[in-house]
Amino acid sequence: MKKSLFDHLLDWSGRVLLTMILGFVLLPFLVVFIASFNDSAILSFPPKNWSLRWYSNAIEYRDFGKGLINSLKVSAIAATFAMIAGSGFAYVLNRYDFSLKSLLNSILMSPLIIPNFTIGLGLLILSTAASLPRTIWLVVAVHVIIVLPFVIRSVYVSLQNFERRYEQAAESLGAAPLRVLLTITLPLLVPGLISGALFAAILSFNEFTASLFVVNQGTQTFPVAMYNYVREYADPTLAAVSVIYVIAVAALLLVVHKFFRLEKVLNVE
Amino acid sequence: MSKRPFLGWFSLPSVLIAFAIAASFIAIVQYSFRAYVPGSLDPGGFTLDNFTTLWKTVYGQAFLNTVLLCLWTAIFTLLIGYPLAYAMVRAQSVKLRSAILLISLTPLFLGEIVRTYSWIIVLGNRGFVNATLMQMGFIDAPINFMFTMTGVVIALVHFTLPIVVVMLAAALSHIDMNLERAATSLGAGRVRVFASITLPLSIPGIAAATSTAFAWTFSAFATPQMIGGGKVQTISTLVYQVGFASFNFPLAASLSLVGLLFTIAVLAIFNTGIRRLEKFGAHS
Repeated sequence: MKKSLFDHLLDWSGRVLLTMILGFVLLPFLVVFIASFNDSAILSFPPKNWSLRWYSNAIEYRDFGKGLINSLKVSAIAATFAMIAGSGFAYVLNRYDFSLKSLLNSILMSPLIIPNFTIGLGLLILSTAASLPRTIWLVVAVHVIIVLPFVIRSVYVSLQNFERRYEQAAESLGAAPLRVLLTITLPLLVPGLISGALFAAILSFNEFTASLFVVNQGTQTFPVAMYNYVREYADPTLAAVSVIYVIAVAALLLVVHKFFRLEKVLNVE
Repeated sequence: MSKRPFLGWFSLPSVLIAFAIAASFIAIVQYSFRAYVPGSLDPGGFTLDNFTTLWKTVYGQAFLNTVLLCLWTAIFTLLIGYPLAYAMVRAQSVKLRSAILLISLTPLFLGEIVRTYSWIIVLGNRGFVNATLMQMGFIDAPINFMFTMTGVVIALVHFTLPIVVVMLAAALSHIDMNLERAATSLGAGRVRVFASITLPLSIPGIAAATSTAFAWTFSAFATPQMIGGGKVQTISTLVYQVGFASFNFPLAASLSLVGLLFTIAVLAIFNTGIRRLEKFGAHS
């Protein structure tokens, strides 16, 4: 089909628009990349002298190291808990009817609407009123509450696309319910469980607002440590941290994209 | 449905979590009706003072700011996100598609802090935009983006964009391409196909994306806190300030409660409107 002049014009304006939008998305990361190599503590564009000192500062700053360890711990534990609780509930939601089912469902899904600062404040007030110490378990509890809806959703979707005939075949051959669950249902759900847990871990690792309300000096997570650094110092150390962060996340996503294809994971095919 | 061997075991952990959520919600409701005792974390007796305090201008201004931020962010995010989602779903080459996908989705997995900090470097008085414009001689004095609504909206649009793109792309990818092909074969131009087929069919996706954009912006804290710098107060920054500067938990609780009721009301009105629109569309 021969394209008219108007069609060509449309194609080109589409390309220009797309480039501009992608430029807007990438701009802050490109700028922070340049700023991280600026030798001076004061921001200037383009930088007059280049250095890696902010990278070594970022690696040596002790709160970042502690925060990173806390965040890795919290996100691993929270994702595991959320996966156990979430897959159990998704199974029950999919297979059984019982009283208060919809109430339970709406309470567990409510963190999707309740702002994170409200969840953080609620748990802070609750722990203060109950005179609970502000340990890392309080941070874990907040994170489980926040990531649980995403895990429930992801496992529930896999259960809906589930081929029930395999279970029925095993049952008709005389397998007990527990055996059907362990040898048929669970193994078939593994991909959904893994992607749900991975998503939960990433969400938890990035969570900032609710964490800010419930952490103390000893339990502060990585995002909270970064926030506290910006409030205290004006130098570009955080630019170096951001560059490392962006590269790590982009690399992780590239790997996920290679193996799972992001279109499929995010249902945008 | 008669045999229920795992019902109790499997729902137990989630029931415990549901109790924790309900308890913290009850704690917020209860504290919002209690008096603030300066210097103590324990609240006093029953009072309605917290809610009358909310009528003060600071709080009204914070509500207004929050609503304006939500509105502007939703509008600009949709305007930018729709073409991006469209290009992602309809890109012919696999490479281009993967590139758009990775570039627009990577920010979704970067926390609010990294993204907000990067925007401070872009928008600050000595930042990239001002330094570039001044060196090129377009402006003599830096443009103030920091501590302004404009700056906060720019960063919030960037913050909300990935999730909106995901939702719009999901909606666009489920539109039956045969409808567009049929329209084209009947002689409709590309603009007409888009305006009379693609756009109307993606309205449910646009609606879902808009309400998510609203909830995300309402919930945002680091962006208005760091870029607004206390000059652009929102409900979230005020809750934090009231809660941590003076440890006035009762007032922070009542502010959160009113904010939550407001969110639920907006989303409910929005959903009803959309359902009406869909019914109308189904009948016509």
